[in-house]
Amino acid sequence: MNAREEVLARVRAALDGSTPPPPVPRDYATTGTHPDVVGLFAERVDDYRAQVHRVAARDVPATIAGLVGDGRVVVPAGLAPPWVPRGIVDTGFTALELDEFDAVVTGCRVGIAVTGTIVLDGAADQGRRALTLVPDHHVCVVRADQVVETVPQALHRLDPTRVLTFISGPSATSDIELQRVEGVHGPRRLDVLIVG
Amino acid sequence: MPVHAPAGVGHLRGTQSFPDAARGALADTQLRRNLGGATATIRAKRQAVVDEVDDWEQLREAGSALKADVMARLPELLVQLEENVTARGGVVHWARDAAEANRLVVDLVRATGVDEVVKVKSMATQEIGLNEALEAAGIAAWETDLAELIVQLGHDTPSHILVPAIHRNRAEIREIFLREMPDVDPDLTDEPRVLAMAARAHLRRVFLRAKVGISGANFAVADTGTLSVVESEGNGRMCLTLPETLITVMGIEKLVPTWQDLEVFLQLLPRSSTGERMNPYTSTWTGVTPGDGPQTVHLVLIDNGRTAVLADEVGRSALHCIRCSACLNVCPVYERAGGHAYGSVYPGPIGAVLTPLMTGTTGHDDPNASLPYASSLCGACFDACPVRINIPELLVHLRAKGVDAERGGIPSGQDLAMKAAGWAMGSPGKFALAERAAGLSRVLGRGSSLPWPASMWTGARDLPAPPTETFRQWWARERG
Amino acid sequence: MRIALFATCLADAMFPEAAKATVLVLERLGHEVVFPAGQTCCGQMHVNTGYLDEALPLVRRHVEVFEDYEIAVAPSGSCVGSVRHQHAMVARRAGDARLAERAEAVASRTYELSELLVDVLGVTDVGAHYPHRVTYHPTCHSLRMLRVGDKPLQLLRAVRGIDLVELPQADVCCGFGGTFAVKNADTSTAMLADKMANILTTKAEVCTAGDSSCLMHIGGGLSRLRTGVRTVHLAEILASTESSQVGTRVGTASTESGPDGTRVGTASVASDASGTAATTVAVSS
Repeated sequence: MNAREEVLARVRAALDGSTPPPPVPRDYATTGTHPDVVGLFAERVDDYRAQVHRVAARDVPATIAGLVGDGRVVVPAGLAPPWVPRGIVDTGFTALELDEFDAVVTGCRVGIAVTGTIVLDGAADQGRRALTLVPDHHVCVVRADQVVETVPQALHRLDPTRVLTFISGPSATSDIELQRVEGVHGPRRLDVLIVG
Repeated sequence: MPVHAPAGVGHLRGTQSFPDAARGALADTQLRRNLGGATATIRAKRQAVVDEVDDWEQLREAGSALKADVMARLPELLVQLEENVTARGGVVHWARDAAEANRLVVDLVRATGVDEVVKVKSMATQEIGLNEALEAAGIAAWETDLAELIVQLGHDTPSHILVPAIHRNRAEIREIFLREMPDVDPDLTDEPRVLAMAARAHLRRVFLRAKVGISGANFAVADTGTLSVVESEGNGRMCLTLPETLITVMGIEKLVPTWQDLEVFLQLLPRSSTGERMNPYTSTWTGVTPGDGPQTVHLVLIDNGRTAVLADEVGRSALHCIRCSACLNVCPVYERAGGHAYGSVYPGPIGAVLTPLMTGTTGHDDPNASLPYASSLCGACFDACPVRINIPELLVHLRAKGVDAERGGIPSGQDLAMKAAGWAMGSPGKFALAERAAGLSRVLGRGSSLPWPASMWTGARDLPAPPTETFRQWWARERG
Repeated sequence: MRIALFATCLADAMFPEAAKATVLVLERLGHEVVFPAGQTCCGQMHVNTGYLDEALPLVRRHVEVFEDYEIAVAPSGSCVGSVRHQHAMVARRAGDARLAERAEAVASRTYELSELLVDVLGVTDVGAHYPHRVTYHPTCHSLRMLRVGDKPLQLLRAVRGIDLVELPQADVCCGFGGTFAVKNADTSTAMLADKMANILTTKAEVCTAGDSSCLMHIGGGLSRLRTGVRTVHLAEILASTESSQVGTRVGTASTESGPDGTRVGTASVASDASGTAATTVAVSS
């Protein structure tokens, strides 16, 4: 027997004669009741030390320009062009080349209010994962209509066959005396623009 | 017959029994201070974010039932996972035990032609001793999680599931970094942020050049073939994203049936582990995604004693564990004895049941046979467990298994004591007799130097003097 | 109401004051207390140490003795926890489904003292008087197996004259755990040391709890360190009135060695803060 057959045979033998488990209770909340979901999202993103900016659509380019300053900015190919006029479009830079950029600006797929999370799914306005990982500063633009209240609502909106990255605040660690400090290997600065 | 995790490979068994190993740890006042401080911090954080969730108990019930469902349907779900990973360009491998898993991974790395790998913190690879196997094959394994890095640089072993270096304080970490990091700033302070930045600088070039990444998986979704890693620092994203080849090593129990089922665990895990509403980064991937991340993706499914756990219908629920470590952080025994006393990569309350179930025990001299007794059965672990594993019940179950396995042999002192107590309590007459005998013997007594095992008690506590009359006697006199 | 007293073997043999006090409180509230003489031990120690076969006859005896009573009470969260969460399991494991059902029926009618008083009898003020500074340690089994919550504290708050002080880190185990205190004596002692340190910060004269076993452990440590803090069962405080100070007995009278190594009796009489001479255990020297 090869390892696959043997492990599966062991599993079947182990389960032989077991009583079937009861059905899974699903009485936990899937939707929320918060009166101001976008406000909650802003509050919770801020709580984990990301910078939150609530802006009107027309002010997005100016806000981004103010945040990235004179730094070199990389953008995914599908990002709305007027947002970052000086942005250099990703053409498949190596990791070392990406490390030469100061910032990256992307859109997002879903925001989760309760946990203050943004989720990227690699669509054209977000780009491949390395893009939002190597540069030290990530500016993420979230439309108000992309924000849901709960984790179950977010999973419902996401396509699991895409690569997904759930981001809640900047890179952090609790490995020294279980005290959280921000800024390890991922982007040490995270700005979240909420539009609308 | 169930096949346990083999001895001699990996890290599931120490050399000393728990009481002996704990004795050394208890004498280390620095260790006790480090552990006390860290666990108090995390307990408070966890409680605060759990209290925010109105449906916490419903989520726990769902998490528990989902895991029970996974165990019951494990053969079909494993095959389904394999089909979905394969369909999306991944390669699935199976390993009966640690040695086979290590051989598989070494061969996969060798096939890429590189001599170094970057690793995401993974309990499964710690369990099987993968780093040692890679090293023996001439392959350098870079641990990239900060705590794993502290352990690796300190030539130490992990003592906690989530924070393997929990036994170290900032001053000790600074010393390790100064000693072991070749290009570290000699003026390094012990400020946690400064130490984290030193780790960033130390690993940056390694990440950017890495060709092979090795990870574990927090969850594998059967109906989509999706794997996930839950982390904080971004080292996981680096290892999962930048290399050309990704090898994921995962225990066969880490499945969830459907994508939507993750909604339960992604709420339970972060709040229970780091005490956050959500951990900074969660990555999910399904096979290979053209143009994004590793284009060669392997999944190694390991048994290594898990089917032996599954074969124990009561003990089976230990496989529900999602490795959050909440039970460690609330355990008064763990807090004082520390993780190394358990001798296994799985310490604390869950380790005290999972480890002996995975390895089996070879008699009462086996260090792992002492683990089910490393608990006062206070129940704090059961309350904290996000998937409601009834750890006290499992501990009692394993104690009973141990006692039953030894029946028929030469009775131990404990066997005789329990038999004597059982006899004495067999009827009120015999009990009254025993009460009088016990009272008499102590009054005539030997004072503070009672014979073993009572001497273990009187080492630090006074025994109460027996009352002049028992309740039974009083009742007969006053109300009888 | 006619209430069967499940005294528990430990209280019967070693801490009769807790069982007596339970009788006194319930009688004072107008109830009839009976003591089924056939009772011995619930078998918890056997179960928790892994001797489930040995526990089976004890479970059977307990069920037979108590199944004829409408309601039973014990001055112990731990023993009631065993009846409620272990008896049926022991019976089922031995293949005796009928005994398991009977055990469940008995368990459903068996209460820890604070549960009986607050939930069943609906009383929080039992008319007690206890003019002492007291801190309460919630024992693990009352807290996490029985979920008594703050019922003992509700009862204590209603005691006249009491100065009830909060115990820091109250819900952490004292380190007793039955045979744990022997098998893992060093870890148990470390847990006890932290529990005692917390008790001492309250400056309480008395540490109380709903379990004689934990009080024996805590009291044994407090006595060894000569702290002067007494351990008194919750039932004794509740039984105490202005005319009869029940709960002033020294919880642990130590057996110790004198300077010359000979054994001496200790503290056979203690005076409490109110000046009442306390009845205590006499240890012959």
